Amino acid sequence: MQKGAYLMTLKELEPGQSGKVISLGESGPLKRRIMDMGVTPGVQVKVIKVAPLGDPVEIRVRGYELSLRKEEASRIQVEPA
Amino acid sequence: MSYKIALAGNPNCGKTTLFNELTGSKQHVGNWPGVTVDKKEGVYRKNKELSILDLPGTYSLSPYSAEERIARDYMVEEKPDVVIDIVDGTSMERNLYLTLQIAELGTPMVIAINMMDEVESRGDRIDCEKLAGLLGVPVVPIVARNNKGTDVLMEEAYKVARSGQTPGELDIYDADLYAAIRGNRLTEEQEEMVADLRYTYIAELVKQSVKRKQTAHGETNSDKLDKILTNRVLGLPVFAAIMYLMFACTFSENFLLVPGLPSPGVWLAGIVENLWGALAENVTGLVEGAGASGWIVELITSCLDGIGAVFGFLPLVLVLFLLLSFLEDSGYMARVAFVMDRIFRHFGLSGRSFIPMLMGFGCSVPALMASRTLESDKDRKITMMITPFMSCGAKLPIYAMFAATLFGESNQTLLVFSIYMLGIVVAVIGALVLNKFAFREGASNFIMELPQYRIPTLKSVLIHAWEKVRGFAIKAGTVIFASTVLIWFLSSFNFTGMCQMEDSFLASIGNAIRWIFVPLGFGDWRASVGVVTGWIAKENIVSTFGQLFGGVSQEAIESVSAGEQALPAITQVFTKVSAWSYMAFNLLCMPCFAAVGAIRREMGSWKWTLRAVGFQMVTAYLVALLINILGNLIF
Repeated sequence: MQKGAYLMTLKELEPGQSGKVISLGESGPLKRRIMDMGVTPGVQVKVIKVAPLGDPVEIRVRGYELSLRKEEASRIQVEPA
Repeated sequence: MSYKIALAGNPNCGKTTLFNELTGSKQHVGNWPGVTVDKKEGVYRKNKELSILDLPGTYSLSPYSAEERIARDYMVEEKPDVVIDIVDGTSMERNLYLTLQIAELGTPMVIAINMMDEVESRGDRIDCEKLAGLLGVPVVPIVARNNKGTDVLMEEAYKVARSGQTPGELDIYDADLYAAIRGNRLTEEQEEMVADLRYTYIAELVKQSVKRKQTAHGETNSDKLDKILTNRVLGLPVFAAIMYLMFACTFSENFLLVPGLPSPGVWLAGIVENLWGALAENVTGLVEGAGASGWIVELITSCLDGIGAVFGFLPLVLVLFLLLSFLEDSGYMARVAFVMDRIFRHFGLSGRSFIPMLMGFGCSVPALMASRTLESDKDRKITMMITPFMSCGAKLPIYAMFAATLFGESNQTLLVFSIYMLGIVVAVIGALVLNKFAFREGASNFIMELPQYRIPTLKSVLIHAWEKVRGFAIKAGTVIFASTVLIWFLSSFNFTGMCQMEDSFLASIGNAIRWIFVPLGFGDWRASVGVVTGWIAKENIVSTFGQLFGGVSQEAIESVSAGEQALPAITQVFTKVSAWSYMAFNLLCMPCFAAVGAIRREMGSWKWTLRAVGFQMVTAYLVALLINILGNLIF
């Protein structure tokens, strides 16, 4: 089974769906920031909801709620659960 | 022997609540040099040997934001005798990340696990002794909001401070990585490795010391509330209602749409004004009765006016900050940003800028102070620079005067509306320009925690509002008082002594600088004097004009301010176009001294205050120039 076939971006996950982070797709300070907030490769994330105006999104990671923009979410690769 | 204790922890971990409990009301609030970040210091209530410093809340010590840099630099350079690291027990995994970073710095530390009541009510258990054993640092369970466990915490902190015992090296990384971390010179690859290793280590810590009742995260009350407050359909109407209520409570003269019912803010302001007015009248009467000469009476009156101007703002600041700190502490402020981010990111700002800008339509003073709730130093500064562009209540009489005098009945609403819109448009363009040219570093992002909703304690809300009122009265008060007295002096004296305004120093200054305003269409000395007296309070422009354009009575000035009566004499100087240009200039140029005082207080530096005022002056000049040129081409 080809693992790569199941990869999608965090942005594409629907509210209620979970996934495992594979890569962050960022570099520099932004990457460090994302990792500092607990989004590291291998961690489980769950999309909770999308803001009323359609962006940003709210996810649950490491037991708390984090919001990030779709732009950032579109670069984070996940393996849907 | 006295010891320095620093409080460190994530935002929303209850750090400020603990600080308030430990120090009581004796706090000193200032700014860290050069940035708009709070610096709070105090002394432990039960042992005056222990001074306590509240470091800015951070998630990490990577030098990403101003807050992180301050926290890191303080711990490395100032070397506190002990750091108390506050950990939110309901979110151990993320909070322990900062804990590990502090431990890596080698500073003596004690860990306080906060919100133990919530942890217990969830049915979870945290084994503090186990955690202490694993980390080699004392770990104390506390409930900061009920002041539980804080005595034990401070005893432990005192012991560590006295012994100077540092945490041992944790078995997380190899020697090379450790050296790189301590030297603060990690490569990007190493950073990723380090973050991963830390979280792996934390997962192990949590596994060994935390017993969760259920593995799946059940829906808490906070989750239920959030489903309504950020709902796709209900989210925006609820948000609009909350914002309206907050604005109305502070500024409305027809509270809850009841005609003539003052809001709490306006009601309090009225009381303060009346009390001060009565007091000032008595003092003036006493001085006059004692046979003092005219100028002494005038001087005392102007000093009393200056102090009265400071007092007049205090009720607005108090009411707005009671509400704001409730929203902040309850966790809703983070949702404001979440809801509004989509709109504000286009201007390079955060959704939280919405609150100061909205409040700006009432009064710039509390609005500017509300910028403190923004999460980045850059956003705070830009928001402060553009918030005065929102047309405040005191500017309305200026528009009313011109509308009644120069514009026909049908166009008056349109005129006022156009000025308000101009302010908003210039603010948006100003934010874009500042982002592009003045604050290029610090790319905008929205990686932000949405904390659990909590009911704030009355004590923390009151302390916060009190701090704001006191800070404004002291820091801004001196600026307001000094400048009010100075302008009074310039407008009532010349080289021969006391005189009327038209012969005063101010009139000479008006004559000397009027050429500056020629390109804007109002190169008249009286218009120039109006700009200057407008800095005391913008509505002063109307009474100045009343006086300078042929002595108009006090009652007449009041009805001119309300737009009920025209002031025909000003047509000697103003056309429709130059009136528009003049209104735009006074809307956008330096706000009143009270607002400048608030900017000074919040920026924490004169350099940034002058930059903000300079930016506003240049913007006002350019916009008014553009209006005058285009207006004369079209009309």
